[in-house]
Amino acid sequence: MAGSSLMDTLFQRTLEDLIKGLRLHLIGESAFISKAMEDIRKEIKSTDPHTKSTALQKLSYLSSLYFYDMSWAAFHVVELMSSTRFAHKRIAYQAASLSFDENTPVLVLITNQLRKDLISTNELEVSLALECLSRIATVDLARDLTPEIFTLLSSGKVFVRKKAVGVVLRVFEKYPDAVKVCFKRLVENLEGSDQQVVSVAVGVFCELALKNPRSYLPLAPEFYRILVESRNNWILIKVLKIFAKLALLEPRLANKVVEPICDHMKRTDAKSLVFECIRTVVTSLTDYESAVKLAAVRIREMLMDDDPNLKYLALQALSTVAPNHVWVVVENKEIVIKSLSDEDPNIKLESLRLVMMMVSQSNIVEISRVLLNYALKSDPFFCNEILGSILSTCCRNVYEIIVDFDWYVSLLGEMSRIPHCQKGDEIEKQLIDIGMRVEDVRLELVRVARDLLIDPALLGNSFLYRTLSAAAWVSGAYVEFSKNPFELMEALLQPRTYLLPPLIRAVYLQSAFKVLVYSLHSYLLQRGITERDFAEGSDYAQHDASASLNQEEGFNPRVLNQSFDDLSVEHGEEISAGHGQASAFDSLGTNSFSDESIMNMINLIELAVGPLSGSLDVEVQERARNIRSFIELIKQEMVDCLAQKEESLDRNKTEVSKIIKLMHDAFSSELGPVSVTAQERVPIPDGLLLKENLEDLETICPDVQLPLLNSFSFGSPQSEETNGDSLPDLQNKVESEPSKESTSLLAQHRKRHGLYYLPSEKKEISNDYPPANDLKSENDRNNDAENLVKLTEQSLVPKKKPSNAKTRPVVVKLDEGDQVSIAAKAQPKDDLLSGAVREVLLGNDTNDSLSQSKPSDRSSARRKGKEKLNLDSPSESKENLDDVKKHDDEIPSSRKNKHRKHGKERRHKTSGNVLDEGGENSQKGKEKTGHRHGKHKARQRADVPLNVVSQTPVIPDFLL
Amino acid sequence: MIHFVLLISRQGKVRLTKWYSPYSQKERTKVIRELSGVILTRGPKLCNFVEWRGYKVVYKRYASLYFCMCIDQEDNELEILEIIHHYVEILDRYFGSVCELDLIFNFHKAYYILDELLIAGELQEPSKKTVARLIAAQDSLVETAKEEASSISNIIAQATK
Repeated sequence: MAGSSLMDTLFQRTLEDLIKGLRLHLIGESAFISKAMEDIRKEIKSTDPHTKSTALQKLSYLSSLYFYDMSWAAFHVVELMSSTRFAHKRIAYQAASLSFDENTPVLVLITNQLRKDLISTNELEVSLALECLSRIATVDLARDLTPEIFTLLSSGKVFVRKKAVGVVLRVFEKYPDAVKVCFKRLVENLEGSDQQVVSVAVGVFCELALKNPRSYLPLAPEFYRILVESRNNWILIKVLKIFAKLALLEPRLANKVVEPICDHMKRTDAKSLVFECIRTVVTSLTDYESAVKLAAVRIREMLMDDDPNLKYLALQALSTVAPNHVWVVVENKEIVIKSLSDEDPNIKLESLRLVMMMVSQSNIVEISRVLLNYALKSDPFFCNEILGSILSTCCRNVYEIIVDFDWYVSLLGEMSRIPHCQKGDEIEKQLIDIGMRVEDVRLELVRVARDLLIDPALLGNSFLYRTLSAAAWVSGAYVEFSKNPFELMEALLQPRTYLLPPLIRAVYLQSAFKVLVYSLHSYLLQRGITERDFAEGSDYAQHDASASLNQEEGFNPRVLNQSFDDLSVEHGEEISAGHGQASAFDSLGTNSFSDESIMNMINLIELAVGPLSGSLDVEVQERARNIRSFIELIKQEMVDCLAQKEESLDRNKTEVSKIIKLMHDAFSSELGPVSVTAQERVPIPDGLLLKENLEDLETICPDVQLPLLNSFSFGSPQSEETNGDSLPDLQNKVESEPSKESTSLLAQHRKRHGLYYLPSEKKEISNDYPPANDLKSENDRNNDAENLVKLTEQSLVPKKKPSNAKTRPVVVKLDEGDQVSIAAKAQPKDDLLSGAVREVLLGNDTNDSLSQSKPSDRSSARRKGKEKLNLDSPSESKENLDDVKKHDDEIPSSRKNKHRKHGKERRHKTSGNVLDEGGENSQKGKEKTGHRHGKHKARQRADVPLNVVSQTPVIPDFLL
Repeated sequence: MIHFVLLISRQGKVRLTKWYSPYSQKERTKVIRELSGVILTRGPKLCNFVEWRGYKVVYKRYASLYFCMCIDQEDNELEILEIIHHYVEILDRYFGSVCELDLIFNFHKAYYILDELLIAGELQEPSKKTVARLIAAQDSLVETAKEEASSISNIIAQATK
C-alpha cells in the first residue's frame, strides 16, 4: 500500500498536466478525459492527502468545466476537509461547494467539521467554512451552526464578520428560526462604522426586503441614515433598492426619502447610482412630480448617450414610468421610435414595447400600418415580435381599442401573408373569436377568409396552417355571407390541400360540408321561389343553352384543370341535362344556384373527397365519409329531379329538401363565445360532494398523480391570465356550450341580429394579394419613423375621443365582473422567514394587531403563543421598540379597539398621527403570520401581563 | 443576487463556472449551452444585457473572454458590470496583465479570487487591495505547507510508514 501510494505521489499527473493534456488532445478529448477519470478514481482513494487532494482538484476541474459527475466522490471530499493542511482543506471545501446539494448523503457528516473550522483561530479556515456554508447550507446545517454564526457576527476581524453577515442570508432562508438569534447582531452590523461590513449587511437586507418588504419597515431609520450619510455607491445602490420597496408601503417614508434621493441624482456622476435613483423614482416615487421631472432629465441624458447599455436601461425606465407619466415618453418619442431600427435587438424590443404603450383607439390603425411595414423589412424574430405585440395589444380587454373591425380583420389577413409570420396560432384564435363575438364583421371576415383560402401559394407555408384552419372554419360557419359559395368550395377542396396536416384538413372538409349544405338549401329555396315563374322561363331556356355552357366552363376552371376522366364525362352529361334550368336563374346574379352549378359542386366534392375516405387519419376519414354518404343520400334524387324537370319537383321537394333542411338547421345554430367562468355557474347536482376527501384513493392507487385541484374546485384561479380575452379554443366551445347562463346569453345575443353594416368605403381587395405588401414598401425607414412620430404625437395630445363615422359594433363579452372574484381567490402563501423577522422586530405586536383585525376567537390563542416567543428572547424583541412602547404602554388593552378605530378616522382626514397610522399599515399585511404561530402553540403559556399586548408596531417618530 | 458567474471563451469553451443558486449538473450544461448561444452571437456594439428565462444576464467581453453574471430582474445591471470590471482588475493585478491562458492554468486561483469578491451571490469586498492581500495570505499559507510536504525527508517518511 505504502509503495503504491509513493508511486502515485511521484508519478501522479497534476492539474497542470491534466490541463496541458486536454489542450493537446483536442480531438480525442473524451477518451483522454475518461482515462483521466480512471486515474482520479484510483488516486482519490489514496491515503496520502497530497495525492488525494490533487486527484480531487482535477476532478473539480473536470466537473466544473466539463460537467462530469463528481457526486460519487462526496465522501472523499469530506475526508479531505478534515485535513490539517490549509491547501488540502481549501481544495476540499471548493469541491464541496461545487458539488454538494441538499440530497448529498454525506452532508450529515460535515456538521462537526464545519463547526470546528468556524471556531478555528485561523481566519482563513473560518472563511473557507463560511464560504462553503453559504453555498451548501441545508435546514439541518443552518440550525446546528446558528450558534457559531451568531458568535462570528460580532467577530473582531472585519474579514470574518463580513463573511458571516453574508452567510446569514442563506441561514435565514433555510432556518427562519435563526432570525430570533442572529437578527439583532445583523442589525448591529448595519450600524457599525466599517464600510465593508455595512455593505454586505445592506446587501443582505436588500435581498430580504425584496422578498417581503413589510417586515423591515421598522428598520427604516437605519436605512435612512445610511442613505443620507454614506458616500459609498455600492451601499447606496442597495439602500435605494430597499427604499424602492418600503416607500410603496409607507407613503410618509416616500415623502422623507424623496429629497435625499434627488440629491444623489443631482450630485453623483456614477451611472449605476444615477440609474438606481431613476429606477427608484419611476417605480416607487411616481407621485412626486419634481423627482419625476429630475429623473426624466437624467433619462433623457441616458437616451442620448452613445453607450447602448445606457440607452437600453433608459428605455426600460421609460416603460416603467409610462403608465403614470406618459409625458416623459412623449418628450422622448423621437428617440424611442428611431430605436425601432437600432442594430441591437434588445433595444428594438424595448422601443417596440414603448411604442405599443402609446397606442390608443385613435392611432391604432396608422401605427399598425407602419409597424407592419417594419415587420416586412425585419428579421424573422423581430418581425414576429412586432406581430405578436400588435396582436396582443389589439385583443386586450376583448378588443377594447378596435373600433373598425373590418379593418382589423383585414389586418389579420395581411399579417398572415407576411413571409416570416409565425403567429398563426394567435391569428387563428382571434379570427374565430372575432367571428363569434362581432356579428357585424362577419361579411368582411368571410371575405378575408376567402382570400386566404383561395390562394394556393399560402398552402406551402406551414406557419400559416393554423390561420388557414381558422379561415376554413370561418368560411364554413358564416357561409351565408359568402358572395360565391362555389368558389369557396373549390378553395376548400383544391388539390394542394394535401399539404395540410390531417387535423386541419378535417376542418377543411367539415367546412366544405357546411358550404355544400348551405348551397343546396339555398338552391332549393330559390327553386321554391322561382318555380312559379318557371313556365315562362323554360321557353327561352333553350336559347341560352350554349351561353350557359360557356359560362359553366369559365366558372369552374379548376375543376377542369383536374382533368379526371370521369369528371369530364359526368360534367358533359350534366351540362346537357341541365341547360334548361340553369339559364333561367342567370339573372339572379352571382349568388344564384343553378342546377348545373349544384351538380358540378356535388361532382367536385365526390371527386376530391372520394380518395380521402381511405385516409389514414381518422378525423379526415370520418368527415370524408360523412360527406360522401350525404351525397349518396341526395344525389340520385337530385339527378332524377334534374332529368325529369317539373313533373317530379314536388316529390323531390319533400324528400330531398327535408334532408337538406335538417342538415342546414343542424349547422345554422350559431356558436358563441363561452365565459371563462361558465364552469362555475353550473349548479352542483344534488348529492355530488365536490369537497369530499379523496385521501382513501391514495391507498388504492398511490402512484397516480391526482390532477390539479384547480380543475375540480370552484373559483379556482386557473384561467386568470386568459381572463381578459377569454379565447378558449374552438373545440372547447363546441363541447362546453350548454351551461345554463351562457346559453341564455347566447339566446340574447342571437336576438341582436340586424345591424350588419355593409362595407361602403371598403377598399377593393379582390385580388389574391392585399395591397399592404406593396403599399409604401419603397418608403425608407426614416419615413416610417417620421410617420410614427407624427402619429403618436397626435394620439398623445390629450383630445377627446374622435367621433368616428363608424360606430363600434357590438362585441359580445361574457366575463365582466367575474375577474375580480377570481383574482381575489388567489391566496398569498405564507412566508416563514418574514414571519420570523417580524416577530423579532416587532415583538408580539404584529400578532396583536392581527388578532385585532381577525375574529376574536382566534386572537387569544395567538396572543399566548406570541408572548411565549417574547419570553424566549426578550432582549431582541423589545430593543427596537423602546420608543414605541412609550406611546403604547399606557393604553389599556380594553380600550384598544376603540383607539384603533379612532386612528382610522383620523387618517382619512389628515394622514396624521404617527402611532395609529403605523399600526394600521403593518396591520394590513398581518394575516400571513397566522400559520407560523400555530407552530408554537405547543409551548404556549397563559400567564402573560396584559399590558404587553398593547404594543403597536410603529415606525418610529424619527421618520416624520 | 447573482445566481451564477460564467467565463466563456469566444470559441464557446467554458473557463470558469460558479453557481450561487442550486443547479443540477444537467441544468448547468443546458444553461451554458443556451447562454453561449445567445451571448457569443451578439455583435460588439450592442448592449451588455440579455433577458433570459425571467432573469437578466449581464456580460462583458475582455479580450477573448466573456464574463457573464446572471441576476434578478430587480438588480442593477450597471452595478454588475462594475463588479465584473472589478473582478477583471483584480485578476489583472494578481497575474500581471492577465490573459486567457492564466485563467486556464490557474482556474482554481480564479475561483479563490472570486470567492473573496462575492459571497452568497452578493458583493462582499469592494476593495481591490483587500482582496489581493487576502489571496496573498492564502497563497503564502499554502506555499509553506507545500515546501514541507515536498521535502525529501517527508517523502521518505511516508514511504516507510
